Amino acid sequence: MTLLEVRDLSVTFTRSGQQPVRAVDGVTFDVAAGQSVGIVGESGSGKSVTSLAVMGLLPSRGVSVGGTVTLDGNELTSMDQRELRDVRGRDVAMIFQDPMTSLNPVVTNGKQLVEVLTRHAGLSKGEAKTEAEQLLRRVGIPDPVRRLGEYPHQLSGGMRQRVMIAIAIACRPKLLIADEPTTALDVTIQAQILDLLRTLVAESGCGMIMITHDLGVVAGLCDDVHVMYSGRIVESAGTKDLFARPSHPYTDGLLQSIPRIDDDDPADLLHTIPGSARDTVAWDRGCAFQPRCERAVAECLSGPPAVTELGTPIVPHPVRCLRPVGEDVSLHEGNVAR
Amino acid sequence: MSLLEVRDLEVHFPIKAGTLFQRTVGAVKAVDGVDLDIEAGTTFGLVGESGCGKSTLGRAIMRLIEPTKGSVTLDGQDILALSERRMRAVRRQFQMVFQDPMASLDPRQSVESLLTEPLRAHKIPGGAAGHAKRIRELLDVVGLPESVVNRYPHEFSGGQRQRLGIARALVLNPALIIADEPVSALDVSIQAQVINLLKELQERFSLTYVVIAHDLAVVRHISKTVAVMYLGGIVEQAPAADLYRQPLHPYTKALMSAVPVPDPNVEGSRSRILLQGDLPSPANPPTGCRFHTRCPWKQATKCDTERPALRELPLVAPGHKVACHFAEDILSGTITPHEVKPEEVALTPAADDTSGIEAAADATEAHVAGGLTPGGPPGAH
Ligand SMILES: Nc1ncnc2c1ncn2[C@@H]1O[C@H](COP(=O)(O)OP(=O)(O)O)[C@@H](O)[C@H]1O
Ligand SMILES: Nc1ncnc2c1ncn2[C@@H]1O[C@H](COP(=O)(O)OP(=O)(O)O)[C@@H](O)[C@H]1O
Ligand code: SF4
Ligand code: SF4
Ligand SMILES: [Mg+2]
Ligand SMILES: [Mg+2]
Repeated sequence: MTLLEVRDLSVTFTRSGQQPVRAVDGVTFDVAAGQSVGIVGESGSGKSVTSLAVMGLLPSRGVSVGGTVTLDGNELTSMDQRELRDVRGRDVAMIFQDPMTSLNPVVTNGKQLVEVLTRHAGLSKGEAKTEAEQLLRRVGIPDPVRRLGEYPHQLSGGMRQRVMIAIAIACRPKLLIADEPTTALDVTIQAQILDLLRTLVAESGCGMIMITHDLGVVAGLCDDVHVMYSGRIVESAGTKDLFARPSHPYTDGLLQSIPRIDDDDPADLLHTIPGSARDTVAWDRGCAFQPRCERAVAECLSGPPAVTELGTPIVPHPVRCLRPVGEDVSLHEGNVAR
Repeated sequence: MSLLEVRDLEVHFPIKAGTLFQRTVGAVKAVDGVDLDIEAGTTFGLVGESGCGKSTLGRAIMRLIEPTKGSVTLDGQDILALSERRMRAVRRQFQMVFQDPMASLDPRQSVESLLTEPLRAHKIPGGAAGHAKRIRELLDVVGLPESVVNRYPHEFSGGQRQRLGIARALVLNPALIIADEPVSALDVSIQAQVINLLKELQERFSLTYVVIAHDLAVVRHISKTVAVMYLGGIVEQAPAADLYRQPLHPYTKALMSAVPVPDPNVEGSRSRILLQGDLPSPANPPTGCRFHTRCPWKQATKCDTERPALRELPLVAPGHKVACHFAEDILSGTITPHEVKPEEVALTPAADDTSGIEAAADATEAHVAGGLTPGGPPGAH
């Protein structure tokens, strides 16, 4: 069943005296209960802004948000701030790259957990204390009783991330949004945290949005993936399908350019995508990836590229590209010569 | 031939305590007995998790930090014995490339001034015209247009800045470049460009590289030899292909199994060795084998009492060295991994000794995940 429906979400930052910045543009995706959905893209592609918009956490001034976000049938985009706060405490929780952005450094770990549990889960203080201990145990923190009395800075990065996860799951949210939760961690600690998140989703049946720049993390964790480029989703597919048949030239180039630890016969030079994300075109003029695209044709610069559906109605695989990789039967006869 | 030889290198940072009279109460053993031989014209990769001493080792090799013990020999010359004045001349031969080029480039200096500065500081002949020519050459070599000479670092993208950082490292024609996380701040599509650039430059100028990185896939791709560090020491070293095909040390095995592979078929089928707990503090490293508090293969004897030396094993590729008492038995499968309880790690040197014991008693869900067979408690085999 669909838990979260995001439809045509757009976010524009307007600063007086400056050109408005459209950070997110026409983003559409679903998350089902028990499902992990990956959003990947380079820095600045709009991943965090998308998640903040879903959570209703963007400031109201200087930002205009379009489209709809529906959680369990309730439209979040039409709620007022008070209703949204309730939803955030109860139904949706977020995990950030830096736990200190959501942990209070001068309050003990225990107090922070108890506070969430009494405010949003309606537990008494006594019940909350017992539950807090259970939660820390559940997220794999040894000696939880002692840790409850300590402050966040007394924990290692990995342990801090576990405390944040404990707080996030305290009220059994329906949706967990994790924004680069392991980017700052070492790889062995990352493996621990990803394992924990995988277990939590499987056990609780909540939905998860995993925001990351690491296609390896997506491969190991997500059911569906959406690839973002310059504020738009350029390719969406089931994870296996995406890796087996990367079809947007950006996705394809990206996958080819990553050195792999299991490559026993690495080529001397890596495949590269030329240029950088700074070399871009506004989507209403054409394809934002055009300046870096080896498959570009003249038509790529005549308005926003249409979406090509490479999948089926049951297993969709939409690609925002006029000439998807592998589709060499020309979709636009007469333009393919370059 | 070795361009660089490091013997028994130690860098211990004193820990001071006391408000009025500072006294030394201990030491952070950031680098604790490291030997290295780096062949000219090759890339030596150094991997390990943050805090294991990679950057300190790199800086100590360049004598940007004074080692507490050991020797560093560059081209036959013991550089730790040199006077500061002689050292300055030698320093031309090695350069560093950093993770964040912005932090190492002065934002108020134009590209021209950034690149000319080393030429002037080392009184390289050629005059203004000669220097300008050299700078144009360098920009071309790193793939930047000549027209950038009058621009400032903040006007560049991350990848372009790293190209500038590399150009600056090349100005004085060094023999050795120590690159500390050169691509880890860059987006994936830019990483590949910079990695290729480093490879091309190596070929063109016969450069020797030490590449420090936490990304094991990147290191595999560019290195001839790779060393794995754990808490200040090298636990395994081998030609890259051998190390990745057949990791021998339990820590290397765990590290490699933790790296996500961008392939759902591989991710769905591989076995993973999940390490328990955090890295212990280098101020208070475990006795014996430093890895014994987290090692799924730990045995009742030797592991917590004797520090294993880095040694070559018979029956594996030449040059493949490992610091583990039981490497042969692990390789042959006569000892198997077992469950490890997450012991707690003191973040401060003033650890209360009971924490580890309490933690072990309290742990509930310790496990070795993946296709490994959980056995009895540590030492049961
Ligand atoms: N408060 C803001 N004001 C103006 N632009 C912003 C603001 N926050 C983000 N942006 C812009 O929105 C784009 C997307 O940012 P973000 O979602 O943080 O990217 P990602 O998380 O994918 O790295 C970027 O170009 C960024 O500069
Ligand atoms: N100047 C210093 N004074 C005291 N301790 C230091 C100093 N520099 C590094 N350390 C410590 O030495 C250890 C190794 O650090 P570092 O070499 O930076 O590791 P890595 O580069 O592998 O992340 C860490 O515990 C770090 O806190
Ligand atoms: S629309 Fe054109 S420019 Fe854009 S990705 Fe497809 S082929 Fe390349
Ligand atoms: S020496 Fe013992 S503790 Fe250390 S890695 Fe080998 S088996 Fe593990
Ligand atoms: Mg972000
Ligand atoms: Mg470092």
